[in-house]
Amino acid sequence: MNRLTYRKIVNRVMLTLTGVFTVFTVAVLFLILGYLVYNGGKSIDWNFLTKLPAPPGEAGGGMANAIVGSAMMIAFAAILGLPVGFLGGIYLAEFGGKSVAFAIRYMADLLNGVPSIVIGIFAWTVIVVPMKSFSALAGGFALSLMLIPIALRSTEQFLLNVPSSLREGALALGAPQWRVISSVVVPAASKGILTGMILGVARIAGETAPLLFTALNNQFWARSLDQPTASLPVIIYTHALAPYDDWHRQAWAAGLMLLGMVLATNIAARWILSRGITVQKG
Amino acid sequence: MSATAIGAGKPGKSKSLWSTLRGGDEVAHLITLVFAASVFLVTVFLVGELWLHSAPSRHKFGFGFLIGTDWDPVQGIFGALPYIYGTVLTSVIAMVIAVPLGVGAAIFLAELAPPGISNACTFLVELLAAVPSVIYGLLALFTLIPLLRSYGEPFLKQALGFLPLFQGPAFGVGYLAAGLILAIMTLPYIISISRESLMEVPRDQREAALALGATKWEATSQVVVPFARLGIFGSIFLALARALGETMAVTMVIGNDPSIHISLLAPGHTIAAVIANEFSEAGGALYQSALVEMGFVLFLITIVINALARILVIATSRKGTAQPA
Repeated sequence: MNRLTYRKIVNRVMLTLTGVFTVFTVAVLFLILGYLVYNGGKSIDWNFLTKLPAPPGEAGGGMANAIVGSAMMIAFAAILGLPVGFLGGIYLAEFGGKSVAFAIRYMADLLNGVPSIVIGIFAWTVIVVPMKSFSALAGGFALSLMLIPIALRSTEQFLLNVPSSLREGALALGAPQWRVISSVVVPAASKGILTGMILGVARIAGETAPLLFTALNNQFWARSLDQPTASLPVIIYTHALAPYDDWHRQAWAAGLMLLGMVLATNIAARWILSRGITVQKG
Repeated sequence: MSATAIGAGKPGKSKSLWSTLRGGDEVAHLITLVFAASVFLVTVFLVGELWLHSAPSRHKFGFGFLIGTDWDPVQGIFGALPYIYGTVLTSVIAMVIAVPLGVGAAIFLAELAPPGISNACTFLVELLAAVPSVIYGLLALFTLIPLLRSYGEPFLKQALGFLPLFQGPAFGVGYLAAGLILAIMTLPYIISISRESLMEVPRDQREAALALGATKWEATSQVVVPFARLGIFGSIFLALARALGETMAVTMVIGNDPSIHISLLAPGHTIAAVIANEFSEAGGALYQSALVEMGFVLFLITIVINALARILVIATSRKGTAQPA
C-alpha cells in the first residue's frame, strides 16, 4: 500500500475513533438520565414525599424524613462552610502575598481531593466520639468541610476576574482597601461568587460517604440536631442494597429526585454563568 | 493639667491605633487570613486525628498492618493488604479504560469539533461529573451487574479465558464491575482538564506541523499532545486520586470479599468500601482504630497522587504562558 494512502487511512480511523469516544461519553449521561426517569418516575408520588419509611419488607411509605434531613444538613453545612470559603477566597484574591496565598491555595486543592469517606472519619472523631451519638450536627460538619475548599477557590477565581482598573479607581478616590473590596470588588463579582457557591452546595448535596457514620440513618423523624438523621443519599444506598423490591422502587425515586435537583441546579448555575459575568456597574 | 493631658491623649491614642491599622485594612486582612488559614488548620487537624485514633492498631500491628492478609474482627486480627490490593487494582482497571477514552474524546473536543458542538459536549461532560456517586452505584447495581453476569463476563471468559485474569465463575460483582464504574466516573475529569491543556497549545505549533505535510492526526499525536502532555498527565493523576478514594459506587458493586484474587471477575474489597461497610458497626477500640488506620492509608495514597497532579497542572499552565513559541 502506498505510504500516503496508509497515513490518510490512519488519520481517518483515529479521528473517527476520537469522535466515537466522545459520543460514548455523552451517551452515558443520557442513559443515566433516561433510566432514572423511567424507573423513578413511576414511584414519585404524594406518599413518597410526605410519609415515613415503611418497616422493612412492607410496601408503601415514603422518605419525608430523609428529604427534610438532607435539607437540614445541607443548610447547616452551607451556613458553616460558605462564609469561611467566601472570606478565605477574599484573602487569596485581594490580600494574599505570593507564597502564603500559594500555600493556602495548594492546601485547599489537596483538602478538596481528600476522599469523602476520610472526611467522614474526621467528623466522627471530632463530633460523634465526644458527643457519643451520631447526629445531623456531625453530618453537616462533614459536608461543610467539603464545601470550604470549593467555595474558597471559586470565590477567589471570580474576584480575580474583576479588572484591576476598578480597584485602582476606587483606591484613587481615597477609599481604604476594605471599602474597595466590600463596595466595589465583591459586588462586581457577586453573580459569579453566588453561582459558584450554589454549584458547591449542589456538589455536597449528593455526598453519601461522609454521612454514613456521622449522621447515620433514621427510620423516623429526627427531633433535634443531635440525633441520628436520615438523608436522601444514605437512604438510596441502604434501600438499593436491601432485598425488597418495594425499597428498590423507592431508591429509584429518591435517586431521580436527588439527580433532578443536582442537575437542575447545575444547569441553572451554568446558564447564568454563560450569560456573562461581565462586570456590572458597582 | 493632667486632666487635659488624659483628655487629649485618649482620642490621639485611638487615632494612632486607627492609623496603624490603616483605616481598617489590617483588620480586614487579618480576619480573611484567619478564615483562609482554616484550610491549613483543618488539614493538619485531620492528619492529627487520624494519627491519634489509629494508635491502638498502629501499636499492635506496626507495618505488618500493611502486608497482613487476614481481616478477622472476632479474633482481633487486622491486615490491610486485600483492601489495598483491591483499591489499586480497581483504579488501574479504571485508568486502563478511561485514559484512552478520555484523552481521545478530549482530542476530538479540542481539535476537531466545531466550537458549538465542543462547548455543548463539554457542558454535558461536566454535568456527568456532577452526578452523585451513589447514583452511579444504584445504576451499576441494577444494570451493569446483571449485564456483566449474563453477557460480559461469559464473553470475556470465552475469548480470553486462557489468561488467569479472566477465570472463575461470573458473579457480576467484583473488581471488573468496580473498575468499569470507576472508569465512567473519572472520564469527565480526564476529558475536561485534558481538553483545556490541549486548547492552550499555541496555534502555530499545529500549523507548523501541518505545513510540513503532516496529516491532522499526525500533527495532533506527534506535536499537540506531546506539547500538552504535562496537563494530560495531571488530569490522569487527578482522576486516579478520585478513583482511589471513591466510595459509594464501588461499595455497591465490589462484592465485599476480603481476599486477594488474580481474576478480575472475582469479588473483592477496597479500603473505602470496608470503611463504608463496617465503620458504623465496628465494636471495640482495636476494630475501630484499624478502620481509622485504613482511612489514614487511603488519605496518604490520595494526597501523594493529588499533590503530583496539582504540580503537573500548575507546571503546564506556567509553561503555556512562559513559552511564547
